[in-house]
Amino acid sequence: MQMPEPNAAVIARKARIVEMLEAALPGGIIHDEAEVRAYECDALTAYRCPPLAVALPSSTEQVSALLKICHDEGVPVVPRGAGTSLAGGSLPTADSLILGVARMAEVLETDYDNRFIRVQTGRTNLSVTGAVAEDGFFYAPDPSSQLACAIAGNIAMNSGGAHCLKYGVTTNNLMGVTLVLMDGTVVELGGAHLDAGGLDLLGVICGSEGQLGVVTEATLRILHQPEGARPVLIGYDSNEVAGACVSDIIKAGVLPVAIEFMDRPCIRATDAFSGAGYPDCEALLIVEVEGSDAEIDEQLQKITAIARRHNPVELREATDADEAARIWLGRKSAFGAMGSINDYMCLDGTIPVNELPYVLKRISEMSKEFGLEVANVFHAGDGNMHPLILFNANEAGQLELCEDLGAEILKLCVEVGGCLTGEHGVGVEKRDLMHHQYAPQDLEAQMLIKDVFDPKWLLNPAKVFPLDASNARRTAMLAAE
Amino acid sequence: MRPGSEAELAEMVRDATGGLRVRGGGTRPVGSGAGEVLDTTGLSGIHLYEPGALTVVAGAGTPLSEIERRLDAEGQRLAFEPMDHRGLLGTSGDSTIGGVVAANVSGPRRIQAGACRDFLLGVRFVDGQGTVIKNGGRVMKNVTGYDLVKLMAGSRGTLGVLSEVSLKVLPKPEAAATILFDGLDDAQAVRAMARGLGSPFDVTGAAHLPEGPEGHPVTLLRVEGFSGSVDYRADTMAKLFGALPVRVERDPVRVAQLWTDIRDVTSMKGANGDVWRISCKPSDAPALVEALDPTSHIFDWGGGLIWALMPEGTDARTRLGMIDGHATRVRGAGTTPVFPPESAPVAALTRAIRQRFDPRGILNPGSFH
Repeated sequence: MQMPEPNAAVIARKARIVEMLEAALPGGIIHDEAEVRAYECDALTAYRCPPLAVALPSSTEQVSALLKICHDEGVPVVPRGAGTSLAGGSLPTADSLILGVARMAEVLETDYDNRFIRVQTGRTNLSVTGAVAEDGFFYAPDPSSQLACAIAGNIAMNSGGAHCLKYGVTTNNLMGVTLVLMDGTVVELGGAHLDAGGLDLLGVICGSEGQLGVVTEATLRILHQPEGARPVLIGYDSNEVAGACVSDIIKAGVLPVAIEFMDRPCIRATDAFSGAGYPDCEALLIVEVEGSDAEIDEQLQKITAIARRHNPVELREATDADEAARIWLGRKSAFGAMGSINDYMCLDGTIPVNELPYVLKRISEMSKEFGLEVANVFHAGDGNMHPLILFNANEAGQLELCEDLGAEILKLCVEVGGCLTGEHGVGVEKRDLMHHQYAPQDLEAQMLIKDVFDPKWLLNPAKVFPLDASNARRTAMLAAE
Repeated sequence: MRPGSEAELAEMVRDATGGLRVRGGGTRPVGSGAGEVLDTTGLSGIHLYEPGALTVVAGAGTPLSEIERRLDAEGQRLAFEPMDHRGLLGTSGDSTIGGVVAANVSGPRRIQAGACRDFLLGVRFVDGQGTVIKNGGRVMKNVTGYDLVKLMAGSRGTLGVLSEVSLKVLPKPEAAATILFDGLDDAQAVRAMARGLGSPFDVTGAAHLPEGPEGHPVTLLRVEGFSGSVDYRADTMAKLFGALPVRVERDPVRVAQLWTDIRDVTSMKGANGDVWRISCKPSDAPALVEALDPTSHIFDWGGGLIWALMPEGTDARTRLGMIDGHATRVRGAGTTPVFPPESAPVAALTRAIRQRFDPRGILNPGSFH
């Protein structure tokens, strides 16, 4: 993967820049070459680059002061939440300051009457729920990395999770932000009220991958926890039939909180790893519904009736918490199970739900062509697929082969009417595939937004847009310096 | 001007020499400025409807009624419950889906299911220079590039003329019920609604009418879903309120009528005066109404949306002062701007975005001012 040449002039001025940053944030700047290595990559570990320096501010004012310095000095800034991005969203460049929000993890306000919580964005996703759980509330978006990932990153990537079929993704649960622009201007968008009075700038900030500003505080919608939840496990001997069952459940008007899908390679691997006791079949669905016991019964009755019409090889309803946990056990350990077999790359394309059987068939054919095994585990209700491509990183050429297969699978997702990424973001990983999803004028329209928020293209500059598309803007910025 | 295709629309915008007033069905004029009318109703038709994937894709000029009919035949609906502005504004015609999106029109269910912008999956539009741009798509989870979909929702035709929209739809529930409280004052009503909305019972509507259908205050909480579940939640929730006397309305026709009247603010239809729409923090609502001193008002969204009927020419914003939220004059004339003022940095960003997407300033000039 190609990254632009770092700005040598910035690197040459490192000592002076660090001095200025330290004046703004005494004791909060890491610039030792060995120490900055801790920030050389995020969860896309295949790509690494130590940054120029790292700043760990603890307030909006400090973020503003740091950004203003970088703006005036022409130093690129890579915002970083918890560093869990699978897309390389916080991959540094050698001339960049990593601006991490990890020290900003306070709860600023909890308001149950108006059902929101306001937090500093370095707070982890799960600890937002943790702050309100005792009072019976929760924050709905639940990415798999929720134990570690920060709200800042969730907002940057518009993260989803297993339960977004019912509750939506980050953007549907984000009510307001404090945003610091690259020139240090602090902007308040939204708040405890709903909907924008003018243009929906909050909607643009969410999912902008840290390229428009640094979000330091967020107002998040919280909900009362449901009275209970219960899953059912349904096994089929073909992906087509499982796909048809998903479609029928949705059409019947049942809105489960989650419909998870695993294919045979994934079922086998997770079962061997976790001992979940899954049936050995082609496709497995885990469908979870919420409510009181009686409401759960009512919904599960409808779901199992639909499932039976498609002749399942297995249909297992959880009767207690223990059985429920066992149904989820394999699914929740899917990534760990894959990791124990081999290195893997996790894709994130979304497809229209009705294209599921065709796409799975094509993936299996491509897997044979490339000679790399692919296991599928994904959120079937919303068509967000997570094909896991297994490869051996120690064998020369395997990473490249794996990336090529990944690109082909993502192109397939676009071809059938879907998209490159459903919840992980573009980052550097899918940057060069953007041409497959968008025409030049579509990318141009997005870059116009970047021009408005960050005219010097200093924030997370080599991400999201293919380098050839953003080249003119990035070089114009350098020439002006 | 009435383009019959997206290509024609692009050509017309490219060749335009003056301001264009973008118009769908004309039921809720979004552009107050001058200019030639650009009628989008020629961009009509449902291009794709996949009930099993919960998605519909339609030309921006497609009548809302046509989309709702098609969805209804499959037992589905637009869950954001778009308001019908005709009664309140005294307009006629057929609302278009593009108009609904351009004004981000939502209804009582906004508080639980989300607004129009939350259901908008993708857009195609023609910007101020006549370039066709697409963003988003037709899948429910999509973080590929910047979200211009949200930006277009509610942008009132100032950044581009929508040619096609794709929306997430949801199943229509089997049953609905409404719990009614009689005689609460504004503050009591907002507390009761907060209690309902903060419960595990998935309330899909929370409104308060100080002068209900029978002339006294009535507060309403709606639940929807499978019939057993609706019964359970209505009964359990009624008990939450202990000594407060409650009634439960289960008749589907009457429940639907109650919420249509709230959605469309029927109580202010034909009444003299200006109509203001105030988006606020729900618990602030009673104090804001006191400051407003309106002729009449209703609360939706648990208090987060105040509809206020004010004597003609009143500047509601002066009375409200600084609030967490904003006030828009939906009906009426006068020197006060229709749309709320923005903070300096937000106004600067908004101006710059408009300038980039419509450098000639021809799209709905005068909107948002």
